[in-house]
Order: sequence, then structure tokens, then C-alpha cells
Amino acid sequence: MRILTYIRQVLDAEESVHIANNAVALENSKLVMDTMDEYGVEEALRLRESGIEAEIVAVAVGPARVQDALRTALAMGADRAIHVETDIRLDAIALSKVLAQLAKQEEATLILSGGQQADWDSHALAAATAERLNWPQVTWTSALALAGTILTGKHDADEGSESFTLELPVVVTTQQGLNEPRYPTLPNIMKSKKKELRKESLNQFDVTPKLNFVSAEIQVKNRLNKILDGKDAPAAAAQLVDLLRNEARVIA
Amino acid sequence: MILVVVEYANGKVSKSTWEMITAARESGREGPVTALVLGSNIAAVAAEVAKAVDQVLVADLPALAQYDPELWSAAVAQIATEGEASLVLLGGSRSGREYSPRVAIKLDAPLLEDVISLKATGETITAQRYTFLARVTETIESTAPIAVATIKPGVFNAATPKAEAAEQFDVDLSLPAPRLKVTGKTAERSSRISLSEAEIVVSGGRGVGSAEGFTQYVEALADQLGAAVGATRAIVDAGWRPYSEQVGQTGKTVQPKTYIAIGISGAVQHLSGMNKSKTIVAINRDAEAPIFKIADYGIIGDVTQLVPAILTELKK
Repeated sequence: MRILTYIRQVLDAEESVHIANNAVALENSKLVMDTMDEYGVEEALRLRESGIEAEIVAVAVGPARVQDALRTALAMGADRAIHVETDIRLDAIALSKVLAQLAKQEEATLILSGGQQADWDSHALAAATAERLNWPQVTWTSALALAGTILTGKHDADEGSESFTLELPVVVTTQQGLNEPRYPTLPNIMKSKKKELRKESLNQFDVTPKLNFVSAEIQVKNRLNKILDGKDAPAAAAQLVDLLRNEARVIA
Repeated sequence: MILVVVEYANGKVSKSTWEMITAARESGREGPVTALVLGSNIAAVAAEVAKAVDQVLVADLPALAQYDPELWSAAVAQIATEGEASLVLLGGSRSGREYSPRVAIKLDAPLLEDVISLKATGETITAQRYTFLARVTETIESTAPIAVATIKPGVFNAATPKAEAAEQFDVDLSLPAPRLKVTGKTAERSSRISLSEAEIVVSGGRGVGSAEGFTQYVEALADQLGAAVGATRAIVDAGWRPYSEQVGQTGKTVQPKTYIAIGISGAVQHLSGMNKSKTIVAINRDAEAPIFKIADYGIIGDVTQLVPAILTELKK
């Protein structure tokens, strides 16, 4: 079988956000593979290590720099990578069209993708891809096992969690708790440099986004910053409760 | 029409639905605000929501007893098409976020995800949403004749029910066969109010010292205030608290009126899940903790001394 694992390259969470030309500017910032997607790569590797014969293909869409995130996936253990290179920013619905076509071309039967993309704070990509392929989906998985073409596992639902059974092909989203992603070792990083990283152009995918990105602003909510010294605990507690009751009026 | 897909739990209409109705009324799109109720044995839900909308469409079918993204998206897309909807609103719950993309693709519509504002002028809909771990507010725009949007919980005011109820209509649906088989369910501990609906959230981090400390300080204060309980990723990873309580990038996003952070330093991972709370209160030993930068009120000091003192004060 063939597993596609979808990779986003995002701003490292500890980096500051900068805005230029009405959009977040990523130049000169530390960029990493989206943590949520790391769980997907790791899970693909674990499914293979559990004895399933699988080729793991890491896929990314984005500017030239995105290949660094694909190299990370290759260093973790993915077999090869496909990079659809473009400077055009696509929303999740538009992006899913690329991913679905690649899945068909590659005859994949399992797609793994992070549950939420840390750049667009979006949950839509996996479900959109599943819809385009007319596959079922299962999101926010916290346990997965594959026997033949039957995928079983556990995932988060509105209230609590559910165990499920599904037949491949399936699109799955991954999250914290599913596994502990491995760090690429030096020998694997060396090996990954020889692995195939195929470049594709966005033109062939016939994508027309229906959404325009108009502007971006860093949100700064002015906070009161009334910080008390708590050395005298009863006095500080009394003062805080008074402020919350009579100034902020947030407690009775 | 504007179609609002009703979210409910335990036979009651969820707060998110009342918020969606407000978003629908304020959107500027014309036509009746129509509530769609999907499920089985949902008469009470339909009757409740009828008091705040112009009409109610009810699909009360045994096949819909169990939520399934494929069935829900097929149902919503069919009704939106038949009713010539210009705007379809879904909740920002896990399920709403999960099946809304399928609806958008079925309707060949853009998806405006987790929006905090929504304004239509002619064909154009302009919306705002948070991005980059809720550190940026982005404005997006759709010029398509129909748009699908999920509404971020806790942002819009809840619509007030009236005495007069709107008319209800049963709808016929052609649904696909379910492929996802749910073989078991584990409910989240519903000891308190849910994190996404609570007006006050009391959260704890490493600074509470231990799982026992969490119970002693965070849970005690939450109980006293009638608040929901939240936790940081560090202490969920440490096994002190269940994942269902985690607030942050990889957990839940909350936007209560008041967020009280106890022993939380304020890692980006956590801040992204709570930094939109209206009033933030922080108690932490470390004066340099990033949480104080976004706090409205705070005390620098020992949690084990301060929380009991606050509890004593609250009981006065």
C-alpha cells in the first residue's frame, strides 16, 4: 500500500509574528514542519514497522523553502517526497484539490495530515481532501491500527472520544497523544539527501481559490496589567477579589 | 435563505446555536434565518430553536441517530441547495469543523472557518478569523454566491428566544450509507460546565506542584466560582489531568469572560488557546512569566498560599 503524509511548513511557535504587505512575513524567521504533521509521519512509520508493507510519500505544497520540511520527513524515514512548488497562497479547500489529485496519481489508500495547521489555524484540509476523493475520514485520532484494509482506532468527538472501524481508503488527522515523533538521526539525515524529492508545478492541478486573503493584523488587546505583590497572601488575595468583584465585575 | 445547522447536546440547544443565529441575523445576507435540526428524537430541540428563527427544518431520522461527517455533510448540502441558501452556518465544534469542508466542496462554495465576524455587502462576504496560533487576525473575503462558514464559539452574543415559535417543516433526505463504524464511546468527564461554554475558566499548570495540588487549588477555586477546569499541556503530558481539559494549540481553544491561570507560565502553546479571553487573571511565583504580560490582574506569589487565601476571601 501507499501512504501519503501531508506536510506543512510553519513558523516555529516560539518565533514572533511579523506583518508586511498585509500578510504574515515569514522571511528571516525559523520555520519548522508543523508539529501536528510530525505525528502523521511518525504514525506512517509505525504502521510500516508494525509489519505492513507500505511506501510512505511525504507531500507538500508551497514555496521553494518548503522542501526543508519535506527533507525532515525524509530524514524521519519517509521513502520519497513530492513538492508542488508555488508562491501562491491557497486556502484549505483549494489546497485539497492538489492533494486529492496527487493521492489518485499515487494510488494511495491512506492519507495522514495534522489535525490543525498552525499557520492558518485551520482544520479543513483533511476533510476537504476526503470529500474530493469520496473517501471517509476520521479526525483527531489518538490511536490507530491497521489489519489488511481495516483501520481501527480511537478519536476525539464533540463530547469525549469514540472507537471506530473503517475500511481503506481513508483520510486521517493526527494530533498530540497519538505517538511521540522520533528525531531524525545523523545517519538518517545523510541517507535522506539521496532520497527522491520530486518537484511538480501547481499549473497542472487546475486550482482556482474562491477565497481572497485581504489583510492580517497582529492582535494586541490592551491588558490592564494590574499585578500585585503576593508576599502578604491574605492582603493580596483580598485586594484581587475586590478588584474582580468591584472593578472588573467578573465575579459575584 | 440563511441556513443555520443546529448544534445540541443532551436534548438541549447548545450556546453555539444561539450565537450562530445572531451571526446569521447580523450577516447582512437576505432571506429567512432557517434552522436545520439533524438527528433522531429531536422534537424538543426543534421546538426550542423555533423561538429564535424564522423557520425550522427538521430531519428526524433513525439513520441520523449517530453523527457521521458524510451523512451530515450530505444532508446540509442537499437542504442548502433545495432552499437556495446564500449562507450556511455551522458551529465551531469538533464535528462542525470536521464536516463543514465537505459541505463547502459539495456546494462548490468557499469555506470561512472559525470566523469571529461576518459581513455581507452584495455578493461579497468579508470575514475575520484568528490565525498563527491566534496571534494574528486575518480578514478574508468571498465573492461566491454561496458561502459556508463555521462560527467560532464564544464570540457572537447569544440570540434571545421569543415567546412566539416559528413554523416547523419535516424534510426528506437522500443519505449515503455510513462507512464509519463507531464501536464504542467514552464520555468526557462532565463533572462541571464544559470548557467551551463556561463564562469562567480556572486553569492550572506546573506551578500547582502535583495532581493533588491541582485538586486542592484549581478544582477548589473552580467549584467556588462555578467555573470550568482547564490545564496546560505540560501537566496533561505528565498525566495529572485528562487530555479533555487541555487548553492550547493542541487542546481546546477557549474564550470565556474570565480566565484564571494558576501556576501557568504562559508558553505560546497555551496562550494560543486562551489569549482571547476577556479578562485574564494570573497567579504565579515567577514575576518574569509571560502570562503576566497578557494578564489584566495578577499576583506574583506562592500558589499554595494565595489560592487558599482567595478561597477564604470569596467565602466572606
